[in-house]
Amino acid sequence: MQSARQSYGRSIAAHAILATYTVIALFPVFVVIINSFKTRKAIFRSPLSLPDAESFSWIGYETVLKQGDFFLYFQNSLTVTVVSLALVLLFGAMAAFALSEYRFKGNTMMGLYLALGIMIPIRLGTVAILQLMVASGLVNTLTALILVYTAQGLPLSIFILSEFMRQVSDDLKNAGRIDGLSEYRIFFRLVLPLVRPAMATVAVFTMIPIWNDLWFPLILAPAEETKTITLGSQVFIGQFVTNWNAVLSALSLAILPVLVLYLIFSRQLIRGITAGAVK
Amino acid sequence: MGSLKLQGIHKSFGSVDVLKGIDLEVNDGEFVIFVGPSGCGKSTLLRTIAGLEDTTSGSIEIDGRLVNNTPPSERGIAMVFQTYALYPHLTVRDNMSLGLKQAKRPAAEIKDSVSTASSMLSLDELLDRRPAELSGGQRQRVAIGRAIVRKPDLFLFDEPLSNLDAALRVNTRLEIAALHRRLEATMIYVTHDQVEAMTLGDRIVVLHDGIVEQVGSPMELYNSPANKFVAGFIGSPQMNFIDAAALDRSDAKTIGIRPEHIQPNKKSGDVKGRVSHVEHLGGDTNLYLETENAGLISIRLFGEHQFEIDATLFAKFDDKRVYRFGDDDKTLQ
Ligand SMILES: Nc1ncnc2c1ncn2[C@@H]1O[C@H](COP(=O)(O)OP(=O)(O)O)[C@@H](O)[C@H]1O
Ligand SMILES: [Mg+2]
Repeated sequence: MQSARQSYGRSIAAHAILATYTVIALFPVFVVIINSFKTRKAIFRSPLSLPDAESFSWIGYETVLKQGDFFLYFQNSLTVTVVSLALVLLFGAMAAFALSEYRFKGNTMMGLYLALGIMIPIRLGTVAILQLMVASGLVNTLTALILVYTAQGLPLSIFILSEFMRQVSDDLKNAGRIDGLSEYRIFFRLVLPLVRPAMATVAVFTMIPIWNDLWFPLILAPAEETKTITLGSQVFIGQFVTNWNAVLSALSLAILPVLVLYLIFSRQLIRGITAGAVK
Repeated sequence: MGSLKLQGIHKSFGSVDVLKGIDLEVNDGEFVIFVGPSGCGKSTLLRTIAGLEDTTSGSIEIDGRLVNNTPPSERGIAMVFQTYALYPHLTVRDNMSLGLKQAKRPAAEIKDSVSTASSMLSLDELLDRRPAELSGGQRQRVAIGRAIVRKPDLFLFDEPLSNLDAALRVNTRLEIAALHRRLEATMIYVTHDQVEAMTLGDRIVVLHDGIVEQVGSPMELYNSPANKFVAGFIGSPQMNFIDAAALDRSDAKTIGIRPEHIQPNKKSGDVKGRVSHVEHLGGDTNLYLETENAGLISIRLFGEHQFEIDATLFAKFDDKRVYRFGDDDKTLQ
């Protein structure tokens, strides 16, 4: 009895902590979204109140959508994020498989070297990266961003995935080898499906910093036709006047695609977990 | 068809020598058991034969063909794993046919092969299920079926029964024995369970620390073990080992006597002791004597017997069944 009551109390405490955290985390998003639907005056008068009949306004969204390039920015962000993500997952999983599956000289050193990037922020190398991009003529291309983000995402992805791949049964891979499957088929057909939850985790962790990044778009691809959504939204922030309606609307819109991607991956994540539980 | 010849097989992982020079010949159609304690290198040896591990040195011939550099799928072998290792995303039918599909065999032949194997193992009703929908015993039968479908020259089993519960283990053991008679294929079967080894094998290879201790038929190993390790490993309960000095004998270092070759006696015998524990197994009774100078001695009696705990008894050895081991633990003749 005692322990039941205790665990009940404990679960209330846990939920209270989680709920508090959720509120704190979601609050800024909530403020951004409600204010994006208000007139400029209403935003400043009472930033925390919901839009009502008097203060409701589409003006922010109209400004953003009329600014013709907005869809292009969107498209750029989406291209960069999706392509980088795909490359990070593909190469990360392949490197993780090699590290966890094959015994070769320097295996451990290689693993450490590849994981080193987790501790060293890639921005420290910005100047060298810029020089490299200038030399190779990649400045103001999405390719430059994709390359940098792929490099940025790989260390964590290799680290997490190789840990998971070590847990995949050796017998299963060996059964595949005896049946004559190539190493590629063993990797793609047997191993990858079993580490899908880990892939989803890596995808979420990789995707969000890429989508939100302002630094590299500003430095490597500030041209009009390669601007990402975060950079594009900056046009509304002036040195003296800031068009708050437009900024807030742009930010609200920018949440959408990343939310969709997140929902896709988190469903994978849950499906992976339950599939494992039944097996 | 499926003979196997191993010569001087060495295998090390880094600086650890796991296999230290294995020589072995297996004849066509034989059922050979590799038995030994956990960690002695049985699985490593089996994986080396399958081509899943490279040897550090030594040669492997299957069917008279040197296969050191042949990939597993072309060695004419099939393997059944302890953890079943079925492909989780494929149905039972696809699990069984994948190997032949990879080898680009005609569809009719694959179908034929799968249906023969599935009727042999009564898997017909399960063909369209996935591994997740099967019980442990069914999964292991599918794994065996997958091996049969490949029509290999050489079957390799790596502790296929150790994940099954006791009743299922006996059934599957009988099934594997029947399979061997029916297919007349060469089979190598790894186990750490000496009962499985004794009941299944034509010949048993006892491994210990990466070397072969003895090769022989089950009764050869039981009746004339080459050394103390084999004597202790084969037979249950374990053979009693007694320091020869404790018995005032100078013709050996250690004396060995199996529990079933000792009789309790109220008046006289080789050693005197006190009954410390009695186990009633129904068919057998195991009696444990705490002796004055020879340590704990186990005695196995046929049928039901009653003993008082703490009663004083003598143990009388069957002299013809006493084994003598020398300083190097080898059996003395
Ligand atoms: N891939 C490996 N890397 C390093 N050591 C290994 C590897 N595989 C097996 N070993 C070692 O080899 C020894 C024998 O293992 P194994 O053949 O699995 O034993 P058994 O099957 O007889 O229980 C063990 O000590 C184990 O730690
Ligand atoms: Mg083993």
